[in-house]
Amino acid sequence: MGSAISTKPASRPLHPWPIRLTHWANAALLVVMAGSGLQIFVAYPALGPVADLAWWYPLQWKEPPHALTLGGWLAGARHWHFAFAWAFFLNGLAYALYLAASGEWRERLFFPRRDLRHAVATFLYYLRLARRPAPIGLYNGLQRLAYTSVLLIAPLEVLAGLALFKPVQLPRLTALLGGYEGARAIHLLVLAGLALFTTIHVVQVALHPRTFLAMTLGRTTLRGAPRG
Amino acid sequence: MERWNERVERLLFDPDRLAPELGPEEAPEPSAFPKYKISRQFPHTPAGWLLRIGGLVARPMTLSLEDLQRLPQVSLRVRHHCVEGWSAVASWTGVRLSHLADLVRAEPRAAYVEFRSFDSGYYSSWDRESALHRQTILAYAMNGQPLSREHGAPVRLYSAVKLGYKMVKYLTELSFLPERSGGYWENQGYEWYAGV
Repeated sequence: MGSAISTKPASRPLHPWPIRLTHWANAALLVVMAGSGLQIFVAYPALGPVADLAWWYPLQWKEPPHALTLGGWLAGARHWHFAFAWAFFLNGLAYALYLAASGEWRERLFFPRRDLRHAVATFLYYLRLARRPAPIGLYNGLQRLAYTSVLLIAPLEVLAGLALFKPVQLPRLTALLGGYEGARAIHLLVLAGLALFTTIHVVQVALHPRTFLAMTLGRTTLRGAPRG
Repeated sequence: MERWNERVERLLFDPDRLAPELGPEEAPEPSAFPKYKISRQFPHTPAGWLLRIGGLVARPMTLSLEDLQRLPQVSLRVRHHCVEGWSAVASWTGVRLSHLADLVRAEPRAAYVEFRSFDSGYYSSWDRESALHRQTILAYAMNGQPLSREHGAPVRLYSAVKLGYKMVKYLTELSFLPERSGGYWENQGYEWYAGV
């Protein structure tokens, strides 16, 4: 959908300010939520009930590295986690509402009929099995797939967190996620997914520094030119 | 922020909602239920142990274990949620705290209940609504056996609606109070409300 982007006035930033603001707020909030969450996990670094640990989890009783934790101890980390959870949720909600209302979703989200072929072509290019596919608009198909996947699993992380917070008062949600232990496993696995995404994301940004400028200043040059 | 979260938690708390009763398949190894204490050794029941119930009540009482066992008996088999993140399941038998509150005629202005123990001063205090929930009991038996020393003999608090550290073991005294009075872990920074 290159046409959607080329019809915009040239002065329009690549990323409108609400997207840049919520993106960077989310980056900071994700660090706080992940760090405090891992500190909470230190208190019982296992999955499954005490009498019946999950057979499929390879890291039973392996504590997450201290450098990745935040909050100092269990009670402190819980205060961090339950305070910043509100900001994390509200920021995500603001982003989603802006995405929907502004029409930005059209060129940012993954639509299989439009983007699947391009996502596969880009993936093959990364594996050096094919030539680089022709660029399409703001993001390539694989980027759209990655960003949309994150937007789908992030709400799951919030819902699983809610189930862990109130397993008795929210019985339907908790049952839907496989009970308290199911929700706990989902909460950790989705974190792993978000961490994997973030790692690849940061590497890609490091390889393409102009995207960092775009997400920070809204344009890809330090001077005022509309597009790089 | 904790006050704000407590308001949300109280809003979410439904006094009539019951935690699901679980079947025997939920606890393949009953002996694996973790046992915590504050004293260096698991405390022994003092000779002549009695449970005192007082505070804002019309009829303060002192009950022996036999007195408690003569009261209407209920059993719970619900998931136990520890603040550390583990869960476990056991059957607990005892008397509903709401029944005792009726017996002593707890005054309406007693919005809190304090639980004290003989485990080196371990204690906690609860909101009245959670304390009088149908699944909050003073338990004297676990998995069909008299409560063991490790699990809080002779009588402990057990509930479906709070985290484990709120469920005081080795009980000695219950007080209906107009204000909250903290708790052993709560005074060190753990969340006071701690509902699940």
